[in-house]
Amino acid sequence: MRTTALKSKFFKPQTLPAEAPSLPDKSGHFGCFGGKFVPETIMPALEELEKAYEEAKNDPTFTAELEYYLREYVGRPSPLYYAERLTKKLGGAKIYLKREDLNHTGAHKINNTIGQILLAKRMGKKRIIAETGAGQHGVATATAAAMFGIECNVYMGEEDIRRQSLNVFRMKLLGAKVIPVASGSKTLKDATNEAFRDWMASVRHTHYILGSVVGPHPYPMMVRDFQTVIGKEVKRQILEKENRLPDCLIACVGGGSNSMGLFHPFIGDIHVRMIGVEAGGIGSDIGQHASTLTSGEIGILHGSASYVLQDSDGQTLPVHSISAGLDYPGVGPEHSYLKDAGRAEYVSVTDDEAVNAFQECARLEGIIPALEASHAIAFTMKFAPQLRKDEVIVVCLSGSGDKDSFEVAKKLGYKI
Amino acid sequence: MNRIDEKFRELKGKGKPAFIPFITAGDPDLQTTKDLILEFEKRGADIIELGIPFSDPIADGPIIQASYSRALTKGIKVVEILDMISLLRRESNIPIVSMVSYSIVYKQGYQTFIERARDAGLDGFTIPDLPVEENDEIFEIAKKYDFKIVCFIAPTTTDQRMLSITRKTQGFLYYISVVGITGVRDTLPDDILQNINKLKQKTNVPISVGFGVSTPEHARMVGNVADGVIVGSAIVREIEKNITKSRNELVKNVGGLVGELVLGVKG
Repeated sequence: MRTTALKSKFFKPQTLPAEAPSLPDKSGHFGCFGGKFVPETIMPALEELEKAYEEAKNDPTFTAELEYYLREYVGRPSPLYYAERLTKKLGGAKIYLKREDLNHTGAHKINNTIGQILLAKRMGKKRIIAETGAGQHGVATATAAAMFGIECNVYMGEEDIRRQSLNVFRMKLLGAKVIPVASGSKTLKDATNEAFRDWMASVRHTHYILGSVVGPHPYPMMVRDFQTVIGKEVKRQILEKENRLPDCLIACVGGGSNSMGLFHPFIGDIHVRMIGVEAGGIGSDIGQHASTLTSGEIGILHGSASYVLQDSDGQTLPVHSISAGLDYPGVGPEHSYLKDAGRAEYVSVTDDEAVNAFQECARLEGIIPALEASHAIAFTMKFAPQLRKDEVIVVCLSGSGDKDSFEVAKKLGYKI
Repeated sequence: MNRIDEKFRELKGKGKPAFIPFITAGDPDLQTTKDLILEFEKRGADIIELGIPFSDPIADGPIIQASYSRALTKGIKVVEILDMISLLRRESNIPIVSMVSYSIVYKQGYQTFIERARDAGLDGFTIPDLPVEENDEIFEIAKKYDFKIVCFIAPTTTDQRMLSITRKTQGFLYYISVVGITGVRDTLPDDILQNINKLKQKTNVPISVGFGVSTPEHARMVGNVADGVIVGSAIVREIEKNITKSRNELVKNVGGLVGELVLGVKG
């Protein structure tokens, strides 16, 4: 173990259980996490999806088609960019940014939606539904559906529609129907409930493109697999640039798809530390944050066992984050597993720290990161100075901040 | 003997199906829930399905979701619901099965929860988001306490799944009549009678049918082939309609609807 790991005030050394890289097991469990907790009506559809995905994964035609669209349509590989001015300012480890914001539609979400739309086509499904928080997954789904000419309905909480109006308009332009959700907290959790309810009725002809590594098996595994293109590219790119693996990976965690996509190819590389950054919101009281892994308990939400922010009865608690994409009381089951296994660590940063990082990254690097990714950068700003100059951090810049301009302007008191 | 088994045995002797009204515990308050259960019993209901409100139900439509919200907004706790059942048991012996989300069961711990529920006087659970393959342990524990875990079959259920579900279910089998969520519907699905008959050939467990059964006429049709008829949203909607009225008036009006549904089922 390197000395910095021991010196750091943030972390203990990470550990690797032997079974970790091969999870989930056949029944979709990551240890005590994961599983399939959904009504019987959609159980057969999950079995069908699992089977279709297993077949597709091993079919060279499918993988070739996926690679084709990722390259020619999404614009992969995305650059791994050395953030020189940010590195110099912080005066510690060398910082690389994985530029998922440069993908078509401006975020990592499209890696998954292209994969799932190809699968939906293969299964002969005639209609697509999705949930969205910040709207990035909604836009990525609408985009994939438009490209293949498939009908698409996106569920979105009314609160998120308000704070992400640009993405709502983009989805409409792309021919998708955006269905406002007025129940509960009117955010991502409620949009997910509504998408499941739609699927309960439409399951025979509709595929539900879940946008994160959450939900019932096989979603956490399948979405992860589609997103691991991020980590696989990083591995190749950092070897080219630095001739070694990074010391640390940092990514934001809402449901946890960009972080899992970055982390997973490195799970077996025990010296690469993996740090997930959650939304610390405006405080540590109930309803002020969305730090599921850092302050939640094990429970059931949206079809899987994982850490959840809930009360002593198992009722979901209200959450808050300035970032609509992180404003979620649950998290992917594999993250819960990695946390308890001691292979990944999870921290949180506040709304204010994220907004500060948003501006710093814009000024220092000429890159406006999404508020979600700004959480990862905010933590990097605290963490990098503690590392040596010859150490290397890779941060997943999961999306572009264009969509957040209005919300940040409002927060900073600008009128636009 | 568990009250649910006893009831189905009694009804079988009479050649009548069970009528099973659903209400949400604590909608609008627990005293009303208790009064409603007693009223339903008087009106001829055989078994009560009592919903334990959950913040994020994915099998429920807007009517039942709203009833859960009405109960949760007042801060209702599971322990208070069980206390109400204990009180009710001084006055009534009607079988009660609770519809409860797995999140709540998981959080309480199955052993503890089943023990407490049984001690309070509940007879079983239906857990809509717990498929049979996820938790063998809970069925074992339930058996030990003579408590019932009622499983679901949907129109989408494959023959293979049907087999393992009919083997596992306890008390009765809950057949979900429609591909969809709970709610009031104008018509029953075309394939409903055919599907129930098909299911009857596969199992001797009583089959109760719910989701979308909304009118006395629906109840009569389903009752002709099934062993039990479950009506939820139509009754909960009636509660909602009477929400501003006095407790007595609400109970009387909702009881009136249940009376009509009982008449539909029993003719």
